[in-house]
Amino acid sequence: MTAAVSTDPPALPDGLVVVVKRDCETCQMVVSALVDLAARRSDVLVITQDDPLFPNSPTPVFDEDLALSWHHDIETVPTLIVRDEGAEVERTVGWQRAEWQRLTGVTDLGADLPVMRPGCGSKSVDPHLVDALRARFGGSVLAARRVEVADAEDEIEFMFTRGWSDGLPVVPPTEERVLAMLEGTHRAADDIVAVIPPDLGPATVEKVAIAAVMAGCRPEYLPWVLTAVEAACTDEFNMHGLLATTMPVGPVLICSGPGTRAIGMNSGGNALGQGNRANSTIGRALQLVVRNVGGGRPGEIDRATHGSPGKVGFCFAENDAESPFGRLAAEHGIDDGVDAVTLFAGEGTRCIVDQISRHPESLAKSMAASLLTMLHPKLIMAFDAVLVIGPEHARVFAEAGWDRAAIVAAISEHLTRPGSELVRGAGGIEEGLPEAFAEAPSLPKFRDGGLMLTYAGGGAGLFSEIIGGWVNDEVGSKPVTRAVTY
Amino acid sequence: MARTLLDPTSERTVAERARLRRPSSVDGLTVGLLDISKPRGDVFLDRLEQRLVEHGASVKRYRKPTFSKPAPADLRHEIAVECQLVIEALAD
Repeated sequence: MTAAVSTDPPALPDGLVVVVKRDCETCQMVVSALVDLAARRSDVLVITQDDPLFPNSPTPVFDEDLALSWHHDIETVPTLIVRDEGAEVERTVGWQRAEWQRLTGVTDLGADLPVMRPGCGSKSVDPHLVDALRARFGGSVLAARRVEVADAEDEIEFMFTRGWSDGLPVVPPTEERVLAMLEGTHRAADDIVAVIPPDLGPATVEKVAIAAVMAGCRPEYLPWVLTAVEAACTDEFNMHGLLATTMPVGPVLICSGPGTRAIGMNSGGNALGQGNRANSTIGRALQLVVRNVGGGRPGEIDRATHGSPGKVGFCFAENDAESPFGRLAAEHGIDDGVDAVTLFAGEGTRCIVDQISRHPESLAKSMAASLLTMLHPKLIMAFDAVLVIGPEHARVFAEAGWDRAAIVAAISEHLTRPGSELVRGAGGIEEGLPEAFAEAPSLPKFRDGGLMLTYAGGGAGLFSEIIGGWVNDEVGSKPVTRAVTY
Repeated sequence: MARTLLDPTSERTVAERARLRRPSSVDGLTVGLLDISKPRGDVFLDRLEQRLVEHGASVKRYRKPTFSKPAPADLRHEIAVECQLVIEALAD
């Protein structure tokens, strides 16, 4: 790979500058006009990108390393630039006869050529070259320490050895890949995104981009990762506690808004499963930031007794475009049409199978019965839950005209139990609430707002999914919803 | 040709501090007992306090607002200036 060089833009002379390449029919077509131009003006410089002998005349300057083209933002060839007093005055791209005549002052220039011919892509924006050029000429924006991998070393093994991996292979974060990743956001590479627990390491946009590369993200996922990192590292969400706990929980990312569809997230069949790149890598990138920037690793600060598969990364999209009861982000104050991500401290998923209920009351009771057992049937109020309602279950509620509030209210009606059934020793089970609750006539499973609905899944199946939570509110973690910042 | 990767870590060097020597006796020393707010942590700490006092220590009790978050900086400072020794208890 090419080492990053910090170069000032190479200067161009005053007068006319034309950038061409042989591998472009429009450039070949304009050679006759260039010959004519050079004969009539003495200040014409032709720059060639791919062949030092093209054109034969006027003699070109060969932009072999594409530094001129890169620094002067050439996107199309031919490009005609007018310069004066060391600065660009105007430019035109492709062949537009009238424009060329106006800019050069040669009123009959190219009279025998067509009126207009579109140009070709500049070699400096060739998809095969652009990442290397960005690294070569733009690498100075990267502040991370450079780590050399010796010839004989396998880079994947190298990264495992250094403890940078979550147990799965990670994509090597080269300068090219990280710079390409940074194209996914408008934020500056050196912006501090958050201070990452447990070591309280500051994460710059660059460090998050490195993690996103390693996780396998595409650049367009980066704003989601950045937003998730910000949301995770708040006092409300309490990433430190989530990491340190013995419970099997991790950050669950619930994404919604048109941007989920733009980046190809899955909110349909197998939304909570494998096989979709965005779903699989965005949550993983957050966890790699926590691991590598924050120093949060299992067996160290991460004291989980069992953990859960979701701790590699747990991220999915709500199908908010088709949801009959809106989206979770709206419940948390996000306006329609705004991309948003909710972070929830959650364990794995558990399925509610009810293939018989066709009446909403029956289905609500069914869901409540399943929710009551979450974490422990006798423990209440201390844990929130996300209920991921599948389309065929949602239809039962939608056909009855139930909205979000009605569904939550109906389920909650069946989520209360008398204290006498919940106290320690009740039912022959030592676990339970302190004896002081024994006289309470009716205690709810969830605190207000602690049962959150989302809509995802697809295809056949009268199923919904419960994602159980961790210790909630001030004591533990509050769900945090943020609008995605690009 | 060697390949170059970007360091994904915080690149911080860990500050290492030598531990203080253990005192040969707690007699006359102030011992802070930090309850992290886990259930029944107080039972454990009550017993520790009793034993420490028997050995001539004076005991100060502290409590974190929640076990799930690091102790606030003010609380850590308070313990550091008021005590020579500290015991942090985790219990369930």
